Amino acid sequence: MNQFAKAFTPEKLSEAWHVFLTEFPLGLWETVYVTLLATLFAILLGLPLGILLVTGDEKGIRPMPKPLMKVINVLINFLRSVPFLILIVMVIPLTRAIVGTSIGSVASIVPLVVAAFPFVARLVESSLRELDPNIIEMAQSMGASTWEIVFRVMLPESVPSLITNFTLAITTILGYTAMSGAMGGGGLGKIAINYGYSRYKYAVLYLAVIVLVLLVQVFQSIGTRLASRLDKRIKK
Amino acid sequence: MIELRNLSKSFVTSDGPVDALRHVNLTVKDGDIYGIIGMSGAGKSTLVRCINMLERPTEGSVLMDGRDLGALSKKEMQEMRRTVTMIFQSFNLLMQRTCLQNIMFPLKLAHMPRAQAEARARQLLETVGLPDKANAYPAQLSGGQQQRIAIARALATNPKVLLCDEATSALDPKTTHAILELIRQINRDTGITVIVITHQMSVVQEICNRVAILENGTVVEEGDVSQVFSRPRAAATRALVFPEMAESDGLAAESGSQLIRLIFEGAETTQNPLIASMAIDCGIAASILNASTRAVGGRVYGYMLLDIPGGPDELAKAVKYLSGTPDVTVQVEVEYAAKEAGK
Repeated sequence: MNQFAKAFTPEKLSEAWHVFLTEFPLGLWETVYVTLLATLFAILLGLPLGILLVTGDEKGIRPMPKPLMKVINVLINFLRSVPFLILIVMVIPLTRAIVGTSIGSVASIVPLVVAAFPFVARLVESSLRELDPNIIEMAQSMGASTWEIVFRVMLPESVPSLITNFTLAITTILGYTAMSGAMGGGGLGKIAINYGYSRYKYAVLYLAVIVLVLLVQVFQSIGTRLASRLDKRIKK
Repeated sequence: MIELRNLSKSFVTSDGPVDALRHVNLTVKDGDIYGIIGMSGAGKSTLVRCINMLERPTEGSVLMDGRDLGALSKKEMQEMRRTVTMIFQSFNLLMQRTCLQNIMFPLKLAHMPRAQAEARARQLLETVGLPDKANAYPAQLSGGQQQRIAIARALATNPKVLLCDEATSALDPKTTHAILELIRQINRDTGITVIVITHQMSVVQEICNRVAILENGTVVEEGDVSQVFSRPRAAATRALVFPEMAESDGLAAESGSQLIRLIFEGAETTQNPLIASMAIDCGIAASILNASTRAVGGRVYGYMLLDIPGGPDELAKAVKYLSGTPDVTVQVEVEYAAKEAGK
């Protein structure tokens, strides 16, 4: 307790405030753009993959060869089960090949995307599976092609659920940025680890945590509001 | 004209193959409102899905105006599905689109220009009596209204055949009546052929002119509605027309006496005090075990299950007397002698 109190003496707090004013703006910016870009790329990769998981299924609208679906599923499960900290190290060669370096905010986007896109694919899969199969049958009965069913029925009908799940993805990725920050990335995670863990400046760490919590709140409430506003099933 | 020729469909399940349809033969003429009725699990849904090839028949063929639908190319199949459209029990509207957009959906699939599609959709909203719901979302509508929008959507591409898969099963009786009335009116105005799949007798009675009774994947009876329902031959038909009668079959087997079944047709017969007259004229005091009447297509039909006291002579006498009455069909259900011999 004594130890704890010592970390929050007036001079420690004013020092933390100083760090907050000088380093947090850049850190916050880095965290936000890394999170948003990583989510964007994860969706770009995960959305088509999620669609494939549903349509290519044995009972889907365009069944794919079973072995192919098996391979895709195993690969997704594999990527999802590697701990993120280890994944960051594992993809260093890929990061270097794409970004040129494995250090810094931009470089941290690569492992984030690799970790998040299989997750997003599963989220998209679950969103699309929620859809009433009768609706798809209706589209088939009107002569819609696979392509038309995906883009005119499955995706538009799943928009609220997709937004809810993308919000989940964005908040999860935000949490991961702290880890990649500690492993050579930038952002609030880096600041929290550098000051809080390496230099025992707990006040700075706590401030960083508060900002991260607020950020999650902001993303979550925007996502929730958007999903419910776009959902036409809710009577208004 | 739609012809189903020797149509069979089996599914492979984990418990082995299941025959959903067995050698079904049916002919639906243009402009018919054709009912296909059966208990759940009889194969109705599979049958209707074979007509627009949502299910591929395992055997046999579906001919539309002589053309085998099973042999269509992918493109021809898409075109066929614009001429054979479908409405469903659960309406299946796109919940994230307005009513107008829902009706425009098949037109977009057919690549109709937007303005033209919208004009057509508005005109259909008028047809189904919901012109003010263009910009409403399906969730804001009642079940009956949703089915009206689904009907408008199904009519958008000017189909020749409308398939109704339990279209009124989720609706209350009053709404059911209104929806059936709408379908009948559209049939009258456009000459569209309608195939109605249902488990409800009342639906067939109300709008169909022809009916097929499906049981365990086979058509057990087929013909004009009034004919089939007034003289139900197959047990499945009887069970549908007079559910009480089906229950009384157990009664007949137990009682050990001689039973006859009267099936009568027409209001005059219903008003005739037949049983009382028989008692007076023949001295046979039959007891009524079960009876019911029902109106089908404006005519009254009924049945009666009678227990005839005495021996075979009385039975023969009763049958002769009752058969002499116009519009009455007599069937001997349990014969005393036969029962005795069986013991």
